[in-house]
Amino acid sequence: MADFKTLTPQDFKSDQEVKWCPGCGDHAILSSVQKALPEVSEALKYTKERYVFVSGIGCSSRFPYYMNTYGFHGIHGRASAIATGIKVANPTLSVWQITGDGDALAIGGNHFIHAVRRNIDINILLFNNEIYGLTKGQYSPTSKLGSITKTSPFGTVEHPFRPGELVIGAQGKFFARSIDVEVKLTSEILVEAAKHDGTSVVEILQNCVIFNDHTHGNITDREFRDDRVIVLHHGEKMVFGKQRDKGLVLDGQGLRLKVVTIGQDGYTLDDLLVHDETNPNPGLHMMLVNMEYPEYPVALGVIRMVKDSTYDDNVRDQVIEVQRNAKIHNMDELLHSGETWEVE
Amino acid sequence: MDQKVSRVEMEEVVIRFSGDSGDGMQLTGTLFSDTSALLGNGVSTFPDYPSEIRAPQGTVGGVSGFQVHFGSKKINTPGDFCDVLVAMNPAALKANWMWVKKGGTIILDADTFNEKGLVRAGYETLDPVAELNLDDFHLIFANITTLTKESLKESEMDNKSIVRCKNMFTLGMVYNMFDRPMLHTEEYLVKKFAKKPGLAAANMKVLKDGYNYAGNIQAMPNRFRVEPATRDKGTYRNVNGNTATAWGLIAAAEKAGLPLFCGSYPITPATEILVELAKRKDLGVKTLQAEDEIAGICTSIGAAFAGNFAVTSTSGPGLSLKSEAIGLAVMAELPLVVVDVQRGGPSTGLPTKTEQSDLLQALWGRNGECPMAVVAASTPSNCFDYAFMAGKLSIEHMTPVMLLTDGFISNGSQPWKIPSMSSYPAITPPVVPVGTADYYPYKRNPETLARGWALPGTPGLEHRIGGLEKDALKGSVSHNPMNHQVMVETRANKVERMQNYIPEQDVIGDTEGDLLVIGWGGTYGHLVSAVNLLRAEGKKVSLCHIHYINPLPKNLGDIFKSYKKLVVCELNMGQMANYLRMSYQKFDYKQMNKVQGLPFTVAELTDKFNEILEGK
Repeated sequence: MADFKTLTPQDFKSDQEVKWCPGCGDHAILSSVQKALPEVSEALKYTKERYVFVSGIGCSSRFPYYMNTYGFHGIHGRASAIATGIKVANPTLSVWQITGDGDALAIGGNHFIHAVRRNIDINILLFNNEIYGLTKGQYSPTSKLGSITKTSPFGTVEHPFRPGELVIGAQGKFFARSIDVEVKLTSEILVEAAKHDGTSVVEILQNCVIFNDHTHGNITDREFRDDRVIVLHHGEKMVFGKQRDKGLVLDGQGLRLKVVTIGQDGYTLDDLLVHDETNPNPGLHMMLVNMEYPEYPVALGVIRMVKDSTYDDNVRDQVIEVQRNAKIHNMDELLHSGETWEVE
Repeated sequence: MDQKVSRVEMEEVVIRFSGDSGDGMQLTGTLFSDTSALLGNGVSTFPDYPSEIRAPQGTVGGVSGFQVHFGSKKINTPGDFCDVLVAMNPAALKANWMWVKKGGTIILDADTFNEKGLVRAGYETLDPVAELNLDDFHLIFANITTLTKESLKESEMDNKSIVRCKNMFTLGMVYNMFDRPMLHTEEYLVKKFAKKPGLAAANMKVLKDGYNYAGNIQAMPNRFRVEPATRDKGTYRNVNGNTATAWGLIAAAEKAGLPLFCGSYPITPATEILVELAKRKDLGVKTLQAEDEIAGICTSIGAAFAGNFAVTSTSGPGLSLKSEAIGLAVMAELPLVVVDVQRGGPSTGLPTKTEQSDLLQALWGRNGECPMAVVAASTPSNCFDYAFMAGKLSIEHMTPVMLLTDGFISNGSQPWKIPSMSSYPAITPPVVPVGTADYYPYKRNPETLARGWALPGTPGLEHRIGGLEKDALKGSVSHNPMNHQVMVETRANKVERMQNYIPEQDVIGDTEGDLLVIGWGGTYGHLVSAVNLLRAEGKKVSLCHIHYINPLPKNLGDIFKSYKKLVVCELNMGQMANYLRMSYQKFDYKQMNKVQGLPFTVAELTDKFNEILEGK
């Protein structure tokens, strides 16, 4: 391991020309990652050679080529499996999977939920633009019902996945959400994701300027963003709005969230919920990840971060435990174990 | 009584145990073969079981069989026909009587031969002996179920558990008939039921009662004795093909100084490889039971990228699912061993039956120009050697290697003289050292054309690889036309050059003659037996059994030249024959093919060879 030195975003830029379309949300996400990694390195004392970026297929999956780290550009949908193999083979590596809504939730859906279920210590950045970009504009598993695309000229007739709901349904322990252009928020979240032991899923609402422009526009446009999103911070009141006058409470029976305005209907700041990202009970987190505009603000920030044992640690611990009491230490001993007999 | 029974020396005996798939016939057969191996006999076994775990009781579809062939010489096959058939119910008799030699012995559980049992097994009459015309056989109708109940009437076990011991009664009978000691089986029972000593004692009592019963009724006119085989000095053990495969992979990892990683998904008949590797945490083996076949190989590719010796195990349908990922491993030029334990296809096919019909899939079943090194084992024990060599070739040449075995050798077992790891060659992974100044991902060893293996975590060697075509040196994405031509040719050349690192082909028999029998994979035992029989008759027949399939050994064409006729024998419709027609075009290849989910019989092989020799 090299001596630890302070890294800068520049250290993570590769010599490859970035080929995403001008105006694509991926550019901002790349900046966020390159901004976050020096902080991660500082916080966790990681040297540059410990980072591995893994991807599948799709626009977002070109990402590893633009990072001056170890990188593996896999095949469609399989990045979670490849990343899992890398982490188990060498748990000292910091493994980052870059994926899109098609790669992770359609062709790779199975690998995605099983990575989450195993809670292997990898960071999954899910770029959600609700469209297939690289194949030029077909609907994806997150496209809104009724979306008009090349393969749904009369509108889609299928219900979309909500990634956060899927993650929590698969027993996910870490889920966060950001918006591509929110570089500061995204990089803050990425630092938290890296620090978290276990599978960290970060959904980034990303704009495909060519095939699905403004798909998230009704919540991400600057003029009304503050009123339509809520950025959650652990231990803080769930407040939002340009005037910071709106917030979330549980309704009378505690079964659903309700948006209230401070000073109306008798609500005060004290009545608002306090965000607890560490609550193992997924009930409230599920409600938060499923909030959709216009009924609710869309939740951003770290929504769920619960400690639990990780797959890679469990693998390592089991090997250590078995080896402690092992009677067989090498191949020759294995060959001679069990029943054998001599021929004189 | 016992003294009156004469002892007859026999050179070899084949016994087939058959019963309902819940009757414990696999265990019974295994215990018998282990005992015989411990006595020093040559042994070969063949488990033959249905793919349903518990098919409807008493039906022919639910019959499970285990054939063991033992002798006072080296035994190459489980035998075509058996001397003794154990049939625990009418269905087992119906499914197996045709495999008994004329005049052979059939032991039957008379208690099951009632109307209900006969109807369920699909007999048309209530007289199976007449219906199947069994007059030429020596039939022993023993009330095995009743006798087992009698044997345990003092025990406190429930009826179901008591009846479950009846396989031990049968085993005891057969031990008596072939003069086998029961010590090994007793030791096994004590160990297996360590926490239930009552069950161990019950099974032992039934075993002994069965043994004595056979002596008392003089079940056999003679007691047969099979003397130990003369073998090389050394320490021996029994091994089946799947265990040997798993161990060969561990051995390669140890020689290479790398951790072994296996990402895999259970599939018949390959599952036992994963099962065996999962036990070996003591040797640091990491197994990942993946969510599907694709994840099995993709986790392994990830592990290979990160510097482990990575393997994945599967059977035909799983291999189909892994195709795209194998292409990725070829493209990324990473070491990876893919084990395909072949079974009857296509599709789900015959999961528990053997076949050799994945050869062309192994060679070419991928998109693009995607060369794959292919190695095939031929006996249960040499799965160890070829798994080891698959690992060595894969690691040193930085390319995936397919190891083909099949349902026959993977489940079959044989005694194996335990090798010493010091007799195996070194494996040198081409790991790029820290501080290499002029590192490029696709910079190659000029001899092998292997690229260097730069492991994540090594400072200064950061690089990106993947499934897109890469620049021939720098590894950055390249769509340059000439670069693609160079890379396609280089990947092919790299596999071809392995020819310089594999042994030359050998021939069993004379190096020239009238007929060269060409085979590959698990048919070896039957082919060598058939060739040896004809050679003993003075016929000029030799066997060329191919283990290195891609690339083929350098001298293969020279061997083919020296025989008047060539016949390629395989359990498919002619895949190797067609591959050889492509590779060595000037020869005329006759074919012997069989696709019945069964091995060849020695008899049908000798018939075919005689036919060819006689010019028919």
